[in-house]
Amino acid sequence: MTKTFTLDGKVIPFEEGETIMEAAAAAGVYIPHLCHHPEFKPHGSCKLCTVNIGGRLGAACTNRAAEGMKVESETEALNADRRALTQMLFVEGNHICPSCEKSGNCQLQAVAYHLGMLTPHFTHFYPARDVDASHPDVLLERNRCILCELCVRASRDVDGKNVFGIGGRGIKARLIVNSASGRLADTDMSVTDRAAEVCPTGAIIRKRHGFTVPIGQRLYDHHDIAEVPVAGMERPKK
Amino acid sequence: MTKLKVATCSLAGCFGCHMSLLDIDEKLFELVKAVEFDRSPITDIKHCGPCDIGIVEGGVCNAENVHVLKEFRRNCRILVAMGACAITGGIPALRNNVDLWDCFQEVYHYGIGLEKGQIPNDPELPLPFDRVHPINEVVRIDYFLPGCPPPADAIWKFLTDLAAGREPKLDYDMLHYD
Repeated sequence: MTKTFTLDGKVIPFEEGETIMEAAAAAGVYIPHLCHHPEFKPHGSCKLCTVNIGGRLGAACTNRAAEGMKVESETEALNADRRALTQMLFVEGNHICPSCEKSGNCQLQAVAYHLGMLTPHFTHFYPARDVDASHPDVLLERNRCILCELCVRASRDVDGKNVFGIGGRGIKARLIVNSASGRLADTDMSVTDRAAEVCPTGAIIRKRHGFTVPIGQRLYDHHDIAEVPVAGMERPKK
Repeated sequence: MTKLKVATCSLAGCFGCHMSLLDIDEKLFELVKAVEFDRSPITDIKHCGPCDIGIVEGGVCNAENVHVLKEFRRNCRILVAMGACAITGGIPALRNNVDLWDCFQEVYHYGIGLEKGQIPNDPELPLPFDRVHPINEVVRIDYFLPGCPPPADAIWKFLTDLAAGREPKLDYDMLHYD
């Protein structure tokens, strides 16, 4: 017999070992997230997927589904927290959407649209961050990095290259590159690497592709991120 | 029917949001039936008087911007931040991590086609700030209307909602940060 739990009152089937996020995605239910991607190990750092699990809060991407569990996600309180977290991400970096070629395809922006964020609200940090344009095919724009570590996980677990890492702590945490010079050009990073594709913001972008699709015709320009879940979120067919 | 009094101004912005306001085209005729403009580029009034709605485009990049913004806050019952610059600092905020003196040098000394450029220093020029700030970091803002610029339809929806006393609400297609 299939095991189930409820998510906002809806019955969600799951298989043993699946997380709440995996089961929800397989059932076509969107839970806001940024650091999660089905191809990589859960990270649990962005906290956007925080849900109420039987009265306590936990990340949907790291908590396993259990029989009879009652989970709440689309509540006013949780979405208010998610909006505040998203606003913090905006002010901690330099997210100037009108100047970003990822605009319209950016998951940070799309989550903010989904949550109805009209303003970053908090005082902007405007941190000074380096841009690394040394690589012939890949641009590293740290101003837009949200430290989700998707590139770190992709480079380590899929590409087997360990090109990226996070250095420093707290507000000084930053994306670093594994080469003696610290420059991307001096790594074995290739534009065909999974790490070059997986960034949810415009922090890692392939050069000379920015405006292939014009602004206004991009993925999230007309579709809420809840309608276009990340490919691979469906349960693998047996 | 008493007309709503509306004032608009552009601080550190490009006037693109005002152009988007004009882009509501023939509905402007409907708008002027319900609205009377105080300070705005249409009227060329220099100081904002008591108003129902104040619409501010652009961020804060110099002392005059603060002066104008505070005047708007004092006089406007409802203050709206319109566009990316007013809400986040926008494109002008790209200079926030460049030394102000280096900025001036680049613009007035090393710019293409310039010879023996001079950095303007007339005492009447407002004091520039080393950073560009969103306007909510200076005064309280009641509503935010994002976009670069916000689409004309979004401005129309926003203003008609406000004028009718409804809580302004944007459809998904009208909510853009770029």
